Amino acid sequence: MKFGIVVFPGTWSDRDCFYAVHNILGQEAGYIWHRETDLDGYDCIILPGGFSYGDYLRTGAIARFSPVMDAVADFAARGKPVIGICNGFQVLCEAHLLPGVLRQNEHLQYRCQWTYLRTENINTPFTGKCEIGQVLKIPISHYEGNYYADDDVIKELEDSRRIVFRYATPDGQITREANPNGSMHNIAGIVNKEGNVLGMMPHPERSCEDVLGSTDGNIIWESIIASIQTAAR
Amino acid sequence: MPVSKQQLDEIALSRKEYQMIVQKLGREPTEVELGMFGSLWSEHCGYKHSKALLKMFPHSGKHVRVKPGEENAGVIDIGDGLVIAFKMESHNHPSYIEPYQGAATGVGGIVRDIFTMGMRPIALMNSLRFGPLSDPHNRYLMGGVVGGIAGYGNCLGIADVGGEIFFDSCYSGNPLVNALCLGIGRAEDLVRGRAEGEGNLIMLVGADTGRDGLHGASGLASRTFEEERELRSAVQVGNPFMEKLLIEACLELARTDWIVGMQDCGAAGLTSATVEAAHKGNSGIDIDVARVPRRESGMTPYEVMLSESQERMVVIVKKGYEDRVRALFNRWELHSDIIGTVTSDGMVTVRDNGKIVAHAPTGVLNTAPVYRLRPKRPPWLDGLQTLNLKHIRDIKRGEAADLLLKMLSSPNICSKHTVFRQYDHQVGNNSVILPGSDAAVLRIQGTSKAISMVTDGNGRYCYVNPFAGGVIAVVEAARNTACSGAKPMAITNCLNFGNPEKNDVYYQLQECIRGMSYACKKLKIPVISGNVSLYNETRGVAIYPTPVVGMVGLIDDVRYRCSSDFKESGDTVYLLGDPGDDAGLGSSEYLQLMHNMVKGSQQIDIYRERNLQMCIIAAIRKGLLHSAHDCSDGGLAVALAESCIQGKMGFAGKLNLGGRLDAALFGEAQSRVIVSVKHGAESRLETLAAKYDVPVTRLGRTGGEYLNIKGILNIPLTEIKEAWWNGLSK
Repeated sequence: MKFGIVVFPGTWSDRDCFYAVHNILGQEAGYIWHRETDLDGYDCIILPGGFSYGDYLRTGAIARFSPVMDAVADFAARGKPVIGICNGFQVLCEAHLLPGVLRQNEHLQYRCQWTYLRTENINTPFTGKCEIGQVLKIPISHYEGNYYADDDVIKELEDSRRIVFRYATPDGQITREANPNGSMHNIAGIVNKEGNVLGMMPHPERSCEDVLGSTDGNIIWESIIASIQTAAR
Repeated sequence: MPVSKQQLDEIALSRKEYQMIVQKLGREPTEVELGMFGSLWSEHCGYKHSKALLKMFPHSGKHVRVKPGEENAGVIDIGDGLVIAFKMESHNHPSYIEPYQGAATGVGGIVRDIFTMGMRPIALMNSLRFGPLSDPHNRYLMGGVVGGIAGYGNCLGIADVGGEIFFDSCYSGNPLVNALCLGIGRAEDLVRGRAEGEGNLIMLVGADTGRDGLHGASGLASRTFEEERELRSAVQVGNPFMEKLLIEACLELARTDWIVGMQDCGAAGLTSATVEAAHKGNSGIDIDVARVPRRESGMTPYEVMLSESQERMVVIVKKGYEDRVRALFNRWELHSDIIGTVTSDGMVTVRDNGKIVAHAPTGVLNTAPVYRLRPKRPPWLDGLQTLNLKHIRDIKRGEAADLLLKMLSSPNICSKHTVFRQYDHQVGNNSVILPGSDAAVLRIQGTSKAISMVTDGNGRYCYVNPFAGGVIAVVEAARNTACSGAKPMAITNCLNFGNPEKNDVYYQLQECIRGMSYACKKLKIPVISGNVSLYNETRGVAIYPTPVVGMVGLIDDVRYRCSSDFKESGDTVYLLGDPGDDAGLGSSEYLQLMHNMVKGSQQIDIYRERNLQMCIIAAIRKGLLHSAHDCSDGGLAVALAESCIQGKMGFAGKLNLGGRLDAALFGEAQSRVIVSVKHGAESRLETLAAKYDVPVTRLGRTGGEYLNIKGILNIPLTEIKEAWWNGLSK
């Protein structure tokens, strides 16, 4: 199977994503420049982290108008998996492929640190290999990761179990202290209604080897691979 | 053209230097030429007062590929066909005037120095000095500087793996902001900053040119400053997004054979980029400023040549390849314009719409006068170096716990995580020891290797004893390197001093360089790049002489790396090195903090130090150690506490007291490292230490919930962590 990694001007997690899915998990992967519109041949699209267009104006606000984004929307509409990480999550929200927005962190500072994510829903293509409640050690690195949506949207996300990951303590408690940025309901990652588009602020591609401090991100890639293989059968 | 004193002051040239220019040219310089001379002959670009002294540094080593001054940064070979380029640079004055942009463009400049050479920047580090945080202005400066480093560096996707931060009132009017960048690449992709080959094209790439940063090199970086507001226009504004595009485009270009060289526009902008490239290539250049795209109208040739607008690169393109190069930059959505050609006449020719506005020999422009002043040992050094402890009451056992908590929460010792967590220190998937340990460690993808990075430099030691301070700046960086398991490979440095035209400052500069050179020679560590920042004075008061060392070390097998945190309960903890005596209190953080005193020279024995470091490296490589931590600021008690806090694990043991209790706990005697040894490896460590002639003292064992030094102090971990962790937020 083949991962497509979208590169906007200013993207910088593209190479780390490539490293995780290709060098570590042995999958095919290719870079997709943001002007391209043909996503044929890819089984999963990754919108990586970075500062697309310098994050000027508003994070993700310019990138959503890139030619590739129409193709990504089509790809998602066909039920294929799309994962937006960090800036990619912000782009997905701006493109209305996911609800809500990512505001500035409540403490108004950039944060790069390890976080612990409690897996809230394992019935997605991204978490099929997780156990419910499993805690994943995956780092964040962002200035705008403070998830916000109005009450109706939050209620709908909660009711339909579309909150996939929440910031938690290492033993899985959802506490105020475990929340690194002020996100509502400790939200770290959500999926769309259909469940095939995931946005998450933490960087699973950074948790891909013991030497880096964690391999917990691999379970997300492995889940995607398994779900695609199942669908192909 | 008759020239006024005011004109010369503006560009910081002396009348005598002006006459030298007239004599060398055989005529009066034009306005544009004079501006170019002012920049190129500034201290910042021309190293007028430091060049003669910098010759003391050793530069050679089997693995050294590019030496200082040859290119934008020094380069070493780490095997497997890979080379590493690194350099540190100061942005002190701009950061005082406009902290966010000053620090941000400091990062931008040093990053360009690295990718200009075709190397991918993978790590940043910063060495920062501020006045006490009790002054709100210093808090503002620090907030702005840290914000600027984070804002610019994070946007580029280069891991910022920490560095050090130190506070002292001498930096109140003059903070230090030194940024180090390290890049890696294949040896064959190394690009030189040369303009050669008659008829080849000179292309300017990236941002448009504006009036920002005029006189940055000559005005800001080469004299003391009192009226900061007047110079605000000399600070540039950064656009990290543009820089990120430049990185990717230039690295792609470096892998083609379409170019002969690349050079970034840093200090003195287009002037230094073109003149240096022509000088290194033994050629000439002919450029027309009318072809330089502008961001504002009405700019004069003088302004175009001296603008320090950021995110611009000069690329020397092989004739016939210009369309390909332009297409490459277009794809990255970057402007590129041909502004001139390489010539063989050895002249720098600048035109404005064809009309010549400057025409001077490359060699004359690029060869600033070298001054050697008469150093004078300041008489006050004698008093500073004598520490009479008779008048200082030793502490009682009952006081030790409270004092340790006070020390741990002091800004110079406490955790800097509130700063480091604002830097993306993990991007790139290389960081295996994160900021906060003795050294940061990055693994090298595709190999079994790793490199360590550290910055170090204690201005207080250098103030009291410039020679010893210079030695210690190098050996402490090397000790930190050794504690990570790495063998020191090379250093870069930033020499931050006051006005060198004063004899005592010149003495400090000379002695610090002499001390650093001595240590480098004895430890066989070459200096491969560096930068000098002089005139760090405000209202006539100089900062502490502050040489900062950036050191890179190599670990041949990443599995054998080491950090400072205790790892396993029940490990035996040793002190390696001579425990030291009461003189260890000299120039210490303890004396400053508790007695408001800066006195007493630190002693350093380079041979003892070398043995200790070799022993530590060997012990880590043999897999004997779980942790290694240098005893430096705050001494033994602080080092033990830090290993406990970071390892979330207590310690219980004892101290053999010979002299004063305050010296035993907080003295900063050099050449000491605290290690925790894997269970069962104790005798092997003792044998190894004996082999290297390193004294060993068994201190105790790891484990429990307390830091317990028998009969002296017993503090719950939660309390020491609270003190250390929250020190900066108080």
